[in-house]
Amino acid sequence: MATATINPATAAPAGVAQRYYRRFTAAERVLHALLMLSFVGCALSGLPLIFADRPWAAALARMLGGFQGAGLIHRICAFVMIVVFATHVFMVFSRAIRSGRFMKMLWGPDSMVPQPQDIIDIWRNFKWFVGKGPQPKFDRWTYWEKFDYWAVFWGMFIIGGSGLLLWFPVFFSKILPGWMFNIAALVHGEEALLAVGFIFTFHFFNGHLRPQKFPMDTVVFTGRISEHELKEERLVEYERMVREGTLAARETTPPSEEAKWFGWTVGTAALVLGIIAIVLIVSSVL
Amino acid sequence: MCHADKDAKSSGGKSIAVDADRFKNSVHGEMQFKCTDCHADVSAQKLPHAEKLKPVNCSTCHEKAVNQYAGTVHGVARKGGNAVAATCTDCHGTHDILRAKDAASPVNHANVEKTCSKCHGSDAIAAQGKLPGGNVGSKFHDSIHGKALKGAAQGSAPTCTNCHGAHDIRAKGEEKSHTSRANIPGTCGTCHKPESAAYLAGQHGKLRHDGNMAAPGCTDCHSAHGIQLHDSDKFQVDVIKECGTCHAEYLKTYRDTFHGQVTALGYARMATCASCHGAHDVLPASNPLSKVSAQNRQKTCETCHAGASANFASFDPHANRHDKARNPMYYYAALFMELLLFGVFAFFGIHTLFWFYRELRVKFGGARSRGDGGEKH
Repeated sequence: MATATINPATAAPAGVAQRYYRRFTAAERVLHALLMLSFVGCALSGLPLIFADRPWAAALARMLGGFQGAGLIHRICAFVMIVVFATHVFMVFSRAIRSGRFMKMLWGPDSMVPQPQDIIDIWRNFKWFVGKGPQPKFDRWTYWEKFDYWAVFWGMFIIGGSGLLLWFPVFFSKILPGWMFNIAALVHGEEALLAVGFIFTFHFFNGHLRPQKFPMDTVVFTGRISEHELKEERLVEYERMVREGTLAARETTPPSEEAKWFGWTVGTAALVLGIIAIVLIVSSVL
Repeated sequence: MCHADKDAKSSGGKSIAVDADRFKNSVHGEMQFKCTDCHADVSAQKLPHAEKLKPVNCSTCHEKAVNQYAGTVHGVARKGGNAVAATCTDCHGTHDILRAKDAASPVNHANVEKTCSKCHGSDAIAAQGKLPGGNVGSKFHDSIHGKALKGAAQGSAPTCTNCHGAHDIRAKGEEKSHTSRANIPGTCGTCHKPESAAYLAGQHGKLRHDGNMAAPGCTDCHSAHGIQLHDSDKFQVDVIKECGTCHAEYLKTYRDTFHGQVTALGYARMATCASCHGAHDVLPASNPLSKVSAQNRQKTCETCHAGASANFASFDPHANRHDKARNPMYYYAALFMELLLFGVFAFFGIHTLFWFYRELRVKFGGARSRGDGGEKH
């Protein structure tokens, strides 16, 4: 294994045709794209409320069509996000049931459920950070990817649930007491701030901004990971697939130029909007 | 006749011309006054008269008005040496004085604003004479009253003197002034009778009645010269801040709610203080007549939220995340969220900083991505 290449995403060995392996299905890529779009929409239309006393908030609200326009965008994006989430949950369960291997969803390398290996990985990664060990190699899902995933899952219930309460207060107050709506308003905003703060900094850093990935990791848009990157970053998965004889089944065509272009454009747009949002938030809370 | 010459000048170069026609048309001309009736120190037998004459003494005839004037803000200022302060002629004119009911008179209802604005609408004179309020003329000009004066209802719209008086204008600090804190509700109530009655029956009016002059009067919320229509978005969202000057804690908790956030962005189609508490008739929640009393609260919510239940009305529109006694569940939810945000950002902040540093070392610092981490000792 060569160790000289630092950015496997962009640097393929000269003259050698890259093999590619499927990492995300088409449906998963579409869901991620819709999630991104609706997330950015909710963030931009919701932030003016949280920072209502700042001049930029009023300007942003005006740009989105006043509070009615921003409210409409917020609700449309929220609806899309709920549909994305429901589709994902449905897909995960139906896949588990159809394949007849329900346990694979709950445990093992293909599962998103945190496992002892993740604790070991955190420890080993920190050792690498401080120069006390080699850079760890991961299986299909790293611990920070699992955190991202469950953060969205948790956020869906917290933000989605409280959002529905605030959207239809007269209906829900037929059964729920008034203080639930106070809490709904509070956690909707705070959890949103957490989600926006997290996605637009750490998630972007993990996928795009850290030197090994800079400027853009398009795997989530193309669905294809190069053999080079797979070995470099997810050696455990690669070796496991070789051992299990499942590697060939995962091989696929190289990503199309269109898919890469789409990934670059959409990814960059989200990155720019996200960084603007972070600058506004940080300048407002400091 | 020296003064009939249009170009006649005194030895100091000032024009001494008197327009005989304008005098003839003036109220004094109409009454066939002679020049010496006012310029009493000039004798027709001894001309030319002295270069310097005494100021005309209007009180010879208008004794009551002049006596009143002496106690006004203008009279007192002039006595104190403020040469800018208005005297009789500044408002009424000199040789061309007309009756107030004459449309051309500077003190006619239609012209008062312009006359007062000669000084109170001039930044230069306002600064020179240290006029209280500065340039209030331009504020008034764009106010609802100022606009009404230019419209069809100009006859009944108030001008300066309707609120301030004429020969009895006093500084608002003086209790006797029409615009003193104590007298403002009565002054505004001259025209705004139902609002004034509601105000006097409301909590702010009651506090006033009990001698608490810090309680707000009309001008505290509506301003004085710059009064705007109450249903303009700008007034609706700005007046919230006025409530907050006394009810600071409630303004803060209001701003934490959707209502308060939307109004802070400048949109008035959302509950403001007055939407729930009422405006002139505001009463404490303990009063059964209050719009926010236990008895009326649900009905008040229903004005915007059709079908609001008792549960709905038990929402606290002033929940305080730091007040455990008032909002226990809210308090713990806020605490939980604070810990969650702190925990996540702290962990990933550290995680990312270390990671970034390591990858920079790998990429630019010569350290390898595996092996011993590349630290050179």
